Amino acid sequence: MNMTPRRKKTLYIILGGLAVMGVAVGLVLFALKDNVSLYFTPTQVFNKEAPEGRNFRIGGLVEEESIKREDGLKVHFSVTDRARSMPVVYEGILPDLFKEGKGVVVQGKLDADGLFHADEVLAKHDENYMPPEAQDALKKAQQAEAAK
Amino acid sequence: MAINWFKYSAPSTFYGLAGKIAPWCAGISAVLFAAGLYIGLVVAPTDATQGESYRIFFIHVPTAILSMFLYLVMAGYAAIGLIFNTRLSAMMATALAPTGALFTFIALWTGALWGKPTWGTWWVWDARLTSELILLFLYIGFMALHSSIDDPRRADRAAALLAIVGSVNVPIIYYSVRWWNSLHQGPTFEVGRVAVYDDTMRQAFLLMLFACWLYAAAVVLWRVRSIILERERSTQWVAELKEIRA
Repeated sequence: MNMTPRRKKTLYIILGGLAVMGVAVGLVLFALKDNVSLYFTPTQVFNKEAPEGRNFRIGGLVEEESIKREDGLKVHFSVTDRARSMPVVYEGILPDLFKEGKGVVVQGKLDADGLFHADEVLAKHDENYMPPEAQDALKKAQQAEAAK
Repeated sequence: MAINWFKYSAPSTFYGLAGKIAPWCAGISAVLFAAGLYIGLVVAPTDATQGESYRIFFIHVPTAILSMFLYLVMAGYAAIGLIFNTRLSAMMATALAPTGALFTFIALWTGALWGKPTWGTWWVWDARLTSELILLFLYIGFMALHSSIDDPRRADRAAALLAIVGSVNVPIIYYSVRWWNSLHQGPTFEVGRVAVYDDTMRQAFLLMLFACWLYAAAVVLWRVRSIILERERSTQWVAELKEIRA
């Protein structure tokens, strides 16, 4: 098997492609090391792990009884990870699945007073699927358990 | 009874076998699709949290599972072709790529259609969505690389390398929702836990999963028959085929 110019060329293209891909994957993984996570939890924000002075996302649950609507589309609520809770203000249309006690991911900026000004609110739903009756039964069972 | 499996690794024997299996796969797949879509879209109850929009689950999840599964099958065939230098395995890998890419595209597209009413956005650059998009690029890259090299055997080897290197992405897709915070929910199907708490929902899902899988089998077998004919066109056995002489 002698190396014709065409074979050589193909070989170099493959080797070059592999090298470029290797470098690209390496760079991407290196660059994304800290950024692959979509959001920070309120606890991480309190521990100063979130970036300061630029937009980032926080995620968690909408705290129960924290939603307060102002005039127009302005709404106040808190995002909690059950350890820490973070007040958020948002003006705009909320997704249908936005509910107290349910998952949420908000993007925006933290001001000096610790209030998070959101410019995007996304609802996060869980991986469980059940009909409403099953959920009611589950809730009743949990309440009965809690009442014991 | 001992079956000589190696007999079917010869393109000439596999050509006939594939032609016999494929119509059965396609027929059963059509029936399962009809039953799965009917149960999923009409019979199954609404979801407590998401209402009717959860029904896209019955297309999104089977196609997403198969997009990853078919990639591993493709990389497996590519590796066998590379190691044992068998012609048929490389042909199978080539035949699998377009169907895998189709399922990946459908998974991404239905995911976007699902994300808008539930999350409130078509797309977000979280780990699950991004790694699934990379899977689509890997399929497209595999096909592009294969067709850019004229010599088919050389093309097989180059594309096989790409397929094998790319297979590291599959576990990244599956575990992305556990390793990193993401908007995409966690896995519904895990070892020892299926988070679908309704029998009709499960039935519809299983029917759709098998329907998609049999569809993939049928289409891939038909495609590999075309590839075999194309690659072996100068051989005696192809010239002697009924459909070629006619």
